Amino acid sequence: MKIHEYQGKAILKKYGVAVPRGEMAETREQALAAAKALFDAGATGVVVKAQIHAGGRGKGGGVKIAKSVEEAAELAGKILGMTLVTHQTGPEGRVVRRLLIEETLPIEKELYLGIVIDRVEARPVFMASAAGGMEIEQVAATNPDAILKEYIQPGMGLEPFQARKLAFKLGLKPPQINDAVRFMTGLYRAFEETDASLCEINPFVSCSDGRLVALDAKFNFDDNALFRHPEIKELRDTSEEDPLEVEASKYSLNYIKLDGNVGCMVNGAGLAMATMDIIKYAGGMPANFLDVGGGANAEQVTHAFEILLSDKNVKAVLINIFGGILRVDTLATGIVEAATKTHIQLPMVLRLEGTNVEAGREILQQSGLNFIVAATMKDAAEKVVAAAKG
Amino acid sequence: MSILVDKSTRVLVQGLTGREGTFHAKACAEYGTKIVGGVTPGKGGTTHEGWPIFNSVQEAVDKTGADASMIFVPPPFAADAIMEAADAEIELIVCITEGVPTLDMVRAWEFLQTRRSRLIGPNCPGIISPGKCKIGIMPGRIHREGPVGIVSRSGTLTYEAVYQLTTRNIGQSTAIGIGGDPIIGTNFLDALELFNKDAQTEVVVMIGEIGGNAEETAAEYVKSRMKKPVVGFIAGQTAPPGRRMGHAGAIISGGKGTAAEKIKAMEAAGIRVAKSPADIGETVVAAMGVKV
Repeated sequence: MKIHEYQGKAILKKYGVAVPRGEMAETREQALAAAKALFDAGATGVVVKAQIHAGGRGKGGGVKIAKSVEEAAELAGKILGMTLVTHQTGPEGRVVRRLLIEETLPIEKELYLGIVIDRVEARPVFMASAAGGMEIEQVAATNPDAILKEYIQPGMGLEPFQARKLAFKLGLKPPQINDAVRFMTGLYRAFEETDASLCEINPFVSCSDGRLVALDAKFNFDDNALFRHPEIKELRDTSEEDPLEVEASKYSLNYIKLDGNVGCMVNGAGLAMATMDIIKYAGGMPANFLDVGGGANAEQVTHAFEILLSDKNVKAVLINIFGGILRVDTLATGIVEAATKTHIQLPMVLRLEGTNVEAGREILQQSGLNFIVAATMKDAAEKVVAAAKG
Repeated sequence: MSILVDKSTRVLVQGLTGREGTFHAKACAEYGTKIVGGVTPGKGGTTHEGWPIFNSVQEAVDKTGADASMIFVPPPFAADAIMEAADAEIELIVCITEGVPTLDMVRAWEFLQTRRSRLIGPNCPGIISPGKCKIGIMPGRIHREGPVGIVSRSGTLTYEAVYQLTTRNIGQSTAIGIGGDPIIGTNFLDALELFNKDAQTEVVVMIGEIGGNAEETAAEYVKSRMKKPVVGFIAGQTAPPGRRMGHAGAIISGGKGTAAEKIKAMEAAGIRVAKSPADIGETVVAAMGVKV
């Protein structure tokens, strides 16, 4: 799960990690009040920052500096409601619904801090780089040595000596080191205690007055751990997600919308990906990724069906099920219920194998519905692509 | 032969009294697996479907001589169950549970480094040596005993590969689903090493997917050490970057972990990569009997 920058900064604040003074605004009036409060408190300028779940906001025109309250209000008026297109939003962009109004800082140096799970070492890795402001992937590709790494010993945290090592290597000045240690150890605690899967401070700035501040904050959380973080779960902003994906998540379905016209419903992530691949080999394009999971029941399958069919690009549907945990008869019952309920007119190609497959086929045959039955994956892909072409 | 499990394996089920635990323990027993009991803290001393239930793994090991465990406990408690099994010196721990928090697995993984147990999973279908032992949720009837070893990050895609082999009258020595999570106990490399040493296994199929670099590491091993032909497939050739494709570990991030990269590394190592998932069976047929 992703959250907004302003929400990430609120978490950082709780862990003693310094962030600029600022406030979230949803209207021009709120932005004006926030800017006024900052100028009154001595800020020499404010930044108006679009809050969307994507990077590259500055380049897309979603981050502007204002020298007065009026200018801040005017910029807020312009940015709120605009469709921001960045390299991470796709060509359709995202509508800006929230802003962060923040004080400007006397930035001297832009650095980078990040924490991710290293899959090979099976532990979190704390990364730092003097090349702040740039995308870390780019740094990793062009100059991997510029990324400093400290691995976290499981059960412990980022230890002060590790933070000190990074701080000195980043070129921070001796009077800043203790602050840097507090900043970094606090950041790691925020990562671990919220079950984050990624946390990035880019840029992490060193100011001319010596202060160290998180100018940006990006958090991703481990969806599997949200059950123990109700306060994080509440930060979800579904307006940032595809409506069909939001709907699917209500029923614990893994659905990702794609651009093609062949809808597919599969059990298991690997088989679902392979089904997308084989649709492409057969000359078609998948309309989605949909994994109904291992333990799906008839109700879930019905919802999966409805979601699949609400995508108006879908011209034909391929159902590819290899039953292990998910019994084929359960699925067949769901398919028949859903097909009856949704009055489906689209051609449906079915390929079923696995636990209780005979009972499943029986249910489908007795339903009186018109399914195209395929014997193998290849056969199924060819039949569904032909059907989608009409 | 076969790897890790055979007719003598004595299996304990952690979470036996739950719905999935019961259903699959029965299916495993019907397949011929020696299920010796279950662990459900608080229900020790009772029986469930004829199996004795114990309060702790240690107690179960002492009373039944179990040397393997199959875990079905819910995600919040799964990592703890893994550690308990390892602490009781269970040799093979198979964690089926999907949705274990990553940081829980970081702790469990670290704990396992100090114990002798091997973990398969989590978020996996388990392991089967056809005709001998099944510890997991795979449909037993699609398998048959034979010379092909299978290792895969996916569940149902493994069934698909097995099915393609069985319908061509080609059996399997052992099929392992290693799981779709970012942190797992047994990786491609571990499985390849075991298959390399196994007398029954003549050909190995490895089924990978986008995300991470475990396939690349395994390809290095195949290139330098593997004495048997290896067939591969990578799922997610059409997956968009930056999106998690169902499995917690299946994500192309920062342009890394793409199917194209993995296929390239595997082909460079001499692995015969099936381009379409429908061609896995045929690719195995072509690889059989080939000298490496």
